[in-house]
Amino acid sequence: MSVLSVRDLVVEYQTTGGGVPAVRGVDLEVDRGEVLGLAGESGCGKSTIAGAILRLLPAKTKITGRIELDGNDILELTPGKLRAVRWTAGSIVFQGAMHAMNPVQRIGEQIMEPILVHGQSGEREARIRAGTLLEQVGLPTRRLDDYPHELSGGQKQRIMIAMALACSPSLIVADEPTTALDVMVQAQVLQLLRTLQHDLGLALLFITHDLSVLVEVADRLAIMYAGKIVEQGGAEAVFHTPAHPYTKALAAAFPAIGDMRFRGRPSGLGGDPPDPQQIPSGCPFHPRCAEVTPACPSVTPELWTAGPARLAACVHASGAPALEGVSR
Amino acid sequence: MSDPQPEPDVAELGVPVVEVEGLEVNFKGRVGFFSGLLGRKGSDAKAVDGVSITLHEGEVLALAGESGCGKTTTARAIMGLLIPDAGTIRYRGEPLARSRRGLRGYRRQVQMVFQDPTAALNPRQTIYEIVAEGLRIHGVPGGPDAKTEEQLVARALSRAGLRPPERFYLLYPHELSGGQRQRVVIAGALVVDPTVIVADEPVSNLDASVRGEILALLMKLREGSRISILIVTHDLGLAWTVADRVAVMYLGRVVEVGPAEEVLQRPKHPYTKALLNVVPEAGGTERPILQGEPPDPTRIPKGCRFHPRCPVVASGRAERLGILNRCIGEDLALEEIAPGHDVACYLTGLGEEP
Repeated sequence: MSVLSVRDLVVEYQTTGGGVPAVRGVDLEVDRGEVLGLAGESGCGKSTIAGAILRLLPAKTKITGRIELDGNDILELTPGKLRAVRWTAGSIVFQGAMHAMNPVQRIGEQIMEPILVHGQSGEREARIRAGTLLEQVGLPTRRLDDYPHELSGGQKQRIMIAMALACSPSLIVADEPTTALDVMVQAQVLQLLRTLQHDLGLALLFITHDLSVLVEVADRLAIMYAGKIVEQGGAEAVFHTPAHPYTKALAAAFPAIGDMRFRGRPSGLGGDPPDPQQIPSGCPFHPRCAEVTPACPSVTPELWTAGPARLAACVHASGAPALEGVSR
Repeated sequence: MSDPQPEPDVAELGVPVVEVEGLEVNFKGRVGFFSGLLGRKGSDAKAVDGVSITLHEGEVLALAGESGCGKTTTARAIMGLLIPDAGTIRYRGEPLARSRRGLRGYRRQVQMVFQDPTAALNPRQTIYEIVAEGLRIHGVPGGPDAKTEEQLVARALSRAGLRPPERFYLLYPHELSGGQRQRVVIAGALVVDPTVIVADEPVSNLDASVRGEILALLMKLREGSRISILIVTHDLGLAWTVADRVAVMYLGRVVEVGPAEEVLQRPKHPYTKALLNVVPEAGGTERPILQGEPPDPTRIPKGCRFHPRCPVVASGRAERLGILNRCIGEDLALEEIAPGHDVACYLTGLGEEP
């Protein structure tokens, strides 16, 4: 049974320079106890999806499609109902933990706030709950009386995770939760997220540009490019045998130590991500693609079958219709 | 890996270009105003505490470690951006001059590439102005095949992969993507034709997809122009792709240095091994992750400075091997265990693996 179901999501930001389509038709599904990794370059629309799920986008933004979170039709909710759903059905862990906390409020009060707002318990129980949450994220209870500046970056990110867990949500959206952290601390936070997700049976939508991190935590991967999902499948399979040339380029950015193919040969993707207001015709990736065919500028690929439980929006996918000038 | 490893050949290394010996940098501890009135003193941070490294001609040396290990401070000292408390830095055998003129001549040879290209570029200058700035400070070189400022700027931009260069002259940094901005930073370094580039986390602020391109650019400079590159990074995967040699730092000291193939595939220091354990790899295999916070350079432990976090000490193995007393009580220096491969760990004396 899916906790989160996104159908044909389209998000268009309204700017003085006209509409900017950041998400152009995305379907997603996250089941209970499952970790879905969403990866792509900056500007591909992955954080916009995170914002849309909890309706955190600017008021004028045009959102169409359907988002169902824990049985709630998010896009149709009244403001009052929406407040009730945030934190209890779904919560979010942001990238900059340092900036997401109130610097003049004690940690304990900040963790208790959502519990009290949602009337889940009285002050005393809320404080006990906050203490339990701290222990769950690996910090001693006495830290409840600390101010954010007394904590290190990794500890603050742990507090953010504790806050996200406060109202026992069904889904946690983690938007680049480890990007600003040091290597060793990043590994610790990932380990913590994985343990909590497993122990509490949480559904987790994990968003990052770092594909190698996702392989460590995610069950399934969805790769985004220019506002659309271009490949989807089991995490290991997508990382090790990418079907879409874009995924191949992303995966090559994370060399395995000891692999002689990478030694002395850094490889990357040429060119820049497309401007959302001028998305190339046909397959939006074709100007940067290493396996471009004459058909690519005119054929708009759909998510075709590319193996067992695999989808890829590429004319090279095994399930793609036969096209002139394309060999597989 | 089944194919035979080529023997690391020390004689292969070029002539030393930058030699750092016994470098020490302390940052003065600070206390609040009232604590100061009470006579309390802040404790000094020993950011770099006796580092010796050599960068050879045409070599890529990676300086790796966690935040606070002193890798950036070492790079800044090499650039002459701060005055060390002890130690010498020599460029082609000559000690680094501390005079304005001396430093200017040195910086023509040794250029720096910073981590965050957005912060490193003046938002109100055009790309042309930014790249030409180095030439305006150091002067356009004369001689028989002298070039104009514009020719040199165009050449630097195209060497940095911004082609055609004329297209970028009048743009401002905000009009470029992150990868292009970092290329502008590199063009600004290349314009004075340096022999050494010190790059401090040159790709960690960039999207994963463009990192490879920037690294490939640095590799091309090394091949084409024999530029030596010191690359400061926390990412050992990056070191594997670009570096000839790797030096791993912990709390202000180099704890292991050697050929990249050796250090990264057969680490001899428990800390190097711990750093390798956190390089994400497929499979989510349970590898021990070092717990605790990055160490504090104001409180350097006695003995081997890694011992409070060392898994060999924590597991009791150090005690069984009879080295525990030395681990927690006796400071130790780097020792050569193979040609060009130095390690500072009591395990190596026993021929033990970490």
